Amino acid sequence: MIRVLLALLLLALPVRAEEIVSGVSQSGVSITTNFDGTAILVYGAAIRDRPAPDWPLLQVIITIEGPSAPLVVRKKERVAGIWLNRGAVQIASAPSFYAVATTGDIGDILSPEADAKYHVTIPQTIKAAEGAAGGSAADQGQYVAALQRIRAQSGSYRLAQDSVLLLRQSLFRTDITLPANLVEGVYKVRIFLTRGGNVVDMQESQINVAKAGLERALYNLAMQSPLVYGVLSLLMAMVAGWGASELFKRVRF
Amino acid sequence: MQLYLPIAEVSVNVFVLLGLGGLVGFLSGMFGVGGGFLITPLLMLIGVPPAVAVATGANQVVASSISGVLAQFKRRAVDIKMGVVLTVGGLLGSTIGGFVFDLMNRLGQIDVFVQLSYVLFLGLIGGMMLVESVRSLLRTGKAVVRRGHVHTLVHRMPFKMKFRASGLYISVIPPLMVGAAVGFLSAIMGVGGGFIMVPAMIYLLGMQTKVVVGTSLFQITFVTAYTTLVHAVTHHTVDMMLALLLILGGVIGAQFGARVGVRLKAEQLRILLSLLVLAVAVKIAFDLLLTPSELYSITRVVG
Repeated sequence: MIRVLLALLLLALPVRAEEIVSGVSQSGVSITTNFDGTAILVYGAAIRDRPAPDWPLLQVIITIEGPSAPLVVRKKERVAGIWLNRGAVQIASAPSFYAVATTGDIGDILSPEADAKYHVTIPQTIKAAEGAAGGSAADQGQYVAALQRIRAQSGSYRLAQDSVLLLRQSLFRTDITLPANLVEGVYKVRIFLTRGGNVVDMQESQINVAKAGLERALYNLAMQSPLVYGVLSLLMAMVAGWGASELFKRVRF
Repeated sequence: MQLYLPIAEVSVNVFVLLGLGGLVGFLSGMFGVGGGFLITPLLMLIGVPPAVAVATGANQVVASSISGVLAQFKRRAVDIKMGVVLTVGGLLGSTIGGFVFDLMNRLGQIDVFVQLSYVLFLGLIGGMMLVESVRSLLRTGKAVVRRGHVHTLVHRMPFKMKFRASGLYISVIPPLMVGAAVGFLSAIMGVGGGFIMVPAMIYLLGMQTKVVVGTSLFQITFVTAYTTLVHAVTHHTVDMMLALLLILGGVIGAQFGARVGVRLKAEQLRILLSLLVLAVAVKIAFDLLLTPSELYSITRVVG
């Protein structure tokens, strides 16, 4: 009887050989007037209740994902000599920011099945709209590829392989830079431990990114009471334009 | 020093913005124009979204025209009655322009639409100004005979009104239409429209030149203020922080520009201004005609 109970207990407990203990240097980012990007330090360790297997080696993948939004990707075509936006593909959702940091080549340390399950790599995070109008699947692929290319160029999508430092198959750390052109919202930090391409453990935490101080006040005013904001910006323009020119008249040089 | 703009949601260097405002202020002080036609394309060039650039450009023009119109009031160089008629037309035109702006935004053609408007109007006005000022430079010395009273189509339309300060007794329809056209451009291009209104007032309406600048500034102040409000309320695209820096740089630059301006002859100034206007038009035209390095663009879906 006791044996049966013990067996049930063991089954009920999550059987994980390795578990993540981790921390993030900042749980929140304030976008203030002089905000110019910030570096996030993600660190942790894989703890285990038994000796680690020698093979395959432990690998770590860390991702930070910004809030997602629906997008339209447009393509320019020459019409009567002028470059106009012609084709368009709706993207149901794509993250505004996505950084992947790994201990090795992502293709080697993460199997395609695990990638599809956990949506780890950048292409997995972009969802094209269902039944989107216009063009074939291959055509749509071009638009999605263009989206990735543009966002990669602007530094919004990053794949930094070999940028996670892993010590003694246990301690790990990496720095991920958040750029200056951040979008507000909840940023999801995920840590994956993999062995032989399979995910051994995964942990998720969050970073809140929000405008603060004057930025917050101006943004809220512009969105919530746009008329007051509009009148205020007119007053500001009048006072600044008229006041400064009066000042210059007094101070002849 | 980097500054994060709350509405444009981009981080830009403060000194770049002050310098930009200063440069445009210098040119506008030198030539006596608002400078909206320079500010808006330059803002787009440094990465400010077109919608924010247009709305904030309008806000900046309010600042540069308010001090001008106050100075003109002191000199009694404003035809208030004509100004009100032009403003009424301007408000109508600006409202229509706002709708067209929205429509183009939804169609995803706003960038091209704004660019085409720039090429078309700046090219046209710049070309006309250049031809006209080169001609007048060539015939300096010769007295120009100008007939005082020419009867044109303007004088045959109904709803006539007396504009004493302008020395006119004409129908209200032409000034309403001029005002509307300028208001329309103000809404879609983020400009004051002085570069179109001043020639229209002289050549189409036949106003006395001494009240032309003051009256056009009067209209521009009200119409750009209205345009700013419309953009702020319907699109939330006016960036106050951006506008403030541009205005500060602009006011300082304008003082120096005005000092350089008085040393140059009127014809020389007009030729320089027309070359500047044409240069902006040609630059934007090239952007439309040359194969872009990136064919694709990303737009966030609003709402």
